[in-house]
Amino acid sequence: MALTDLSMLELAAKLAAGALSSVEATRACLARAAQVDGKVKAFLRLDEKGALAAAEASDARRKAGNPASPLDGVPIGLKDIFLTEGVETTCASRILQGFIPPYDATVVSLLKQAGLPIMGKLNMDEFAMGSSTESSAYGPTHNPWALDRTPGGSSGGSAAAVAAREVFGALGTDTGGSIRQPAALTNLVGLKPTYGRVSRYGVIAFASSLDQVGPMARTVADTAALLQLIARHDPLDSTSAPVEAPDYREDLEGGVRGLKLGVPREYFIDGMDPEVEATVREALRDYERMGATLVEVSLPHTKYALATYYLLAPAEASSNLARYDGVRYGLRAKDAKGLREMYGQTRERGFGAEVKRRIMLGTYALSAGYYDAYYLRAQKVRTLIRQDFSRAFEQVDAILSPTSPVPAFKLGEKADDLLAMYLMDVFTLPCNLAGIPGLSLPCGFTKSNLPIGLQILGKPFDEARMLRIARAFEREHDFTRRLAPV
Amino acid sequence: MPLSDFQPVIGLEVHAQQLTKSKIFCGCSTEFGAEPNRNTCPVCLGMPGVLPVLNQRVVEFAIRTGLALGCTIKKTSVWSRKNYFYPDLPKGYQITQYDQPICEWGSLTIDTPEGEKTIRIRRIHMEEDAGKSVHDASVGESLVDLNRAGVPLLEIVSEPDLRSADEAVEYLKALRDVLVYLGVNDGNMEEGSFRCDANVSVMRKGETKYGQRVELKNINSFRFIKQAIEYEIARHVEVIESGGKIDQETRLWDTQRGETRSMRSKEEAHDYRYFPEPDLPPLHIPDALIDQVAQGLPELPRPKLQRFMSQYGLPAYDAKLLCAERPLAEFFEACAQHSKDYKKLSNWFQGELARLLNESGGTVGISTLKFTPAQLGELLTAVEKGTISNNAAKDVLGEMFRTGKAPDAIIAEKGLAQVSDTGAVEAVVDEVLAKNAGEVEKYRAGKKQIFGFFVGQVMKAMKGKGNPTLVNELLKKKLGD
Repeated sequence: MALTDLSMLELAAKLAAGALSSVEATRACLARAAQVDGKVKAFLRLDEKGALAAAEASDARRKAGNPASPLDGVPIGLKDIFLTEGVETTCASRILQGFIPPYDATVVSLLKQAGLPIMGKLNMDEFAMGSSTESSAYGPTHNPWALDRTPGGSSGGSAAAVAAREVFGALGTDTGGSIRQPAALTNLVGLKPTYGRVSRYGVIAFASSLDQVGPMARTVADTAALLQLIARHDPLDSTSAPVEAPDYREDLEGGVRGLKLGVPREYFIDGMDPEVEATVREALRDYERMGATLVEVSLPHTKYALATYYLLAPAEASSNLARYDGVRYGLRAKDAKGLREMYGQTRERGFGAEVKRRIMLGTYALSAGYYDAYYLRAQKVRTLIRQDFSRAFEQVDAILSPTSPVPAFKLGEKADDLLAMYLMDVFTLPCNLAGIPGLSLPCGFTKSNLPIGLQILGKPFDEARMLRIARAFEREHDFTRRLAPV
Repeated sequence: MPLSDFQPVIGLEVHAQQLTKSKIFCGCSTEFGAEPNRNTCPVCLGMPGVLPVLNQRVVEFAIRTGLALGCTIKKTSVWSRKNYFYPDLPKGYQITQYDQPICEWGSLTIDTPEGEKTIRIRRIHMEEDAGKSVHDASVGESLVDLNRAGVPLLEIVSEPDLRSADEAVEYLKALRDVLVYLGVNDGNMEEGSFRCDANVSVMRKGETKYGQRVELKNINSFRFIKQAIEYEIARHVEVIESGGKIDQETRLWDTQRGETRSMRSKEEAHDYRYFPEPDLPPLHIPDALIDQVAQGLPELPRPKLQRFMSQYGLPAYDAKLLCAERPLAEFFEACAQHSKDYKKLSNWFQGELARLLNESGGTVGISTLKFTPAQLGELLTAVEKGTISNNAAKDVLGEMFRTGKAPDAIIAEKGLAQVSDTGAVEAVVDEVLAKNAGEVEKYRAGKKQIFGFFVGQVMKAMKGKGNPTLVNELLKKKLGD
């Protein structure tokens, strides 16, 4: 077994035992990246020097018997949406090309304090707008399970890097499914925590009321361990919840006996891939066998979620992206004459088609005369969607569904079919609208060996139970031990 | 139809910078005059990924102002984003309050020639200031200074209750006095910490429907406000009289030319695309906070002025001068504990003390005086008792102002005490009259105008220390008047 095939916790155990050094692990990741990233294209940039320096410091701490955290020395990667002091951060956009942040995002500082070497910055859809990494200004990422296919998005680089064993784990962000869908498409565990569970400070904003940071890893325990490092209140984020995080690994092996798991009838739709549906239904039967009770629930406003999301998220984005104006940092159209032309040309050249499309959508939804009909109405529907979940959670402990209606699709396949692309998130985005946590868990493969994900939705701040539910399934199967063939 | 056939209608929007030490959403200093872009951080520079954290002091100042102006303090208010592009607006939006401001429905009383008038205040809200753009035409460049970006502002919006430029100025002065009294604002229009936009319209007298209003922006002194509003009123009347129509627009006051000119028309008006700020939860204000702020509220300028008139029996003029600034009023009240002739005390404040403060060129203020209220009381008592003359007292006050020495010590040191002993003065008077028998004859023969000569001689003999009242009295008696 190659060093890079280890899980985060397996590596951590070897580091703790002195059987391996963090420098060795980091070098192994660098070598692996050198070997496969030409094909996978997960990294936008590697920070070899920074990672090795962090690894050396970690080894010194381990040697002194003074590790900073259980994952001290475990190399990870970051979606290029997280600000990293001194290391270029572009959000996969031309408009931020060359932008060197003057500060670290809160989660980045937390990971640095915990001693995890950061291997570099990972590809994504531009400004996290997309479900395939194809909207990245720097080219798409390829799925390590089938290189002609997408790893999903927007955290597709993070997913691919972990699946290809270029890093042991990664952080992504999830606004409408951007952690869970790529996790499903690359056979990873991906968790979008409750809104407010993890700080958004220093995370480039897409849609502020929906964005949330979360871990992506190959096993449930790794996901729990990584979440443990970042789940805390941050006074720099006024939407961060002052809620103490539990020990996510304490009850991990607790099983599902006696739990009530909801199956929403609205989440098994026409046009779903039959293999995905069959595999997810099989997983549901497994849960019954393990002692859980399946309860059919209804989330009646699900059919409005996509429309609601595509009003609210672009509305917030249109405002959040106004700061990229060429005045203070990033790209500036230097040859433009006058202020208006500078604004226009900077943004014309700096933003890709999808970002422009969403800025236009959002600007329209907020405009005088349209606000009530679009933005305000969407907010009302959002409340209804939230209430759907509250009612369902009166009956059940968690809700199970497919993560994505289809397995990884071919790169370019949906490039001309926007609606089909937007439908990729149909099962994931209600969770963001409701602010509840969602997890994607590997639950099987198609006949052509493409991963399929099971989504577990939980009550607010109930991540520990969701991880326990995921772990119960993981224990019964070998899916999370299967490695991408790249 | 002349100007007097029209009724101007004016409403004002005041932007007052709050006197907090740090900015509204980050820890940067609000200090004025620092090197450009020195007082900035990623948050107020609008870097990617930053988030606002509300400065609690800003909320307290808003509540304080709301309470002082009799507003309802809303239990829940909401932050909104006002979206527009400008180089000195780093995020491309301003965080402000829009449809749910923190304070609503208050009022401010002003004096007009027709008597007191209450001006309704529609709302007060909190928001962040923008930075400053400096345009250098010579090199065709614009520079941006973001020191001011994120400085907390209060926007105070009146109802259109003002009916003349003079009323508008009166309202602004009264509002500024209140804000300065509250310690919320420094009242400095030149530095832009107290700014005003005016909405002006006119209607024919007797009409009830307001005319089309025009917004005047960027007026930075009381004088300009009066000029700009008066200019605008005259312009409206002229346009209407010549059969024209006033357009809804925003106009700027051009200080150089003394006229307003169009900045943007209704068609060019921004659509600010307001929506609730997702980075800040709605602001909930507990009753306990409102109570706490209410308890710390100082007496306001107007009630204080009325109390000065009734409690100290001062004329309105004196009371107004004394209440102009809170430290001055407080010092007066402290002195009034030690000197019961309040009018005389007030005269000293307006005369000698004002002169000394003026002469110090701002190096000494009322709060940095070297002498105490009790010492000023002692000085005035000495004058009252005739221990020293009024003129000598001026010198003593000057010395107290410079050195902080006690008045007694100064009087003794300089030998300024007057001789008020009748026997001693009488002896000198007798001596002077004896020496000047000829003059006495002339006086008694009717040359009354030489009385001053005798006073002068006595004072000269007494080296100026004779009690003038006593000297006069004795001379008259001896000369047989």
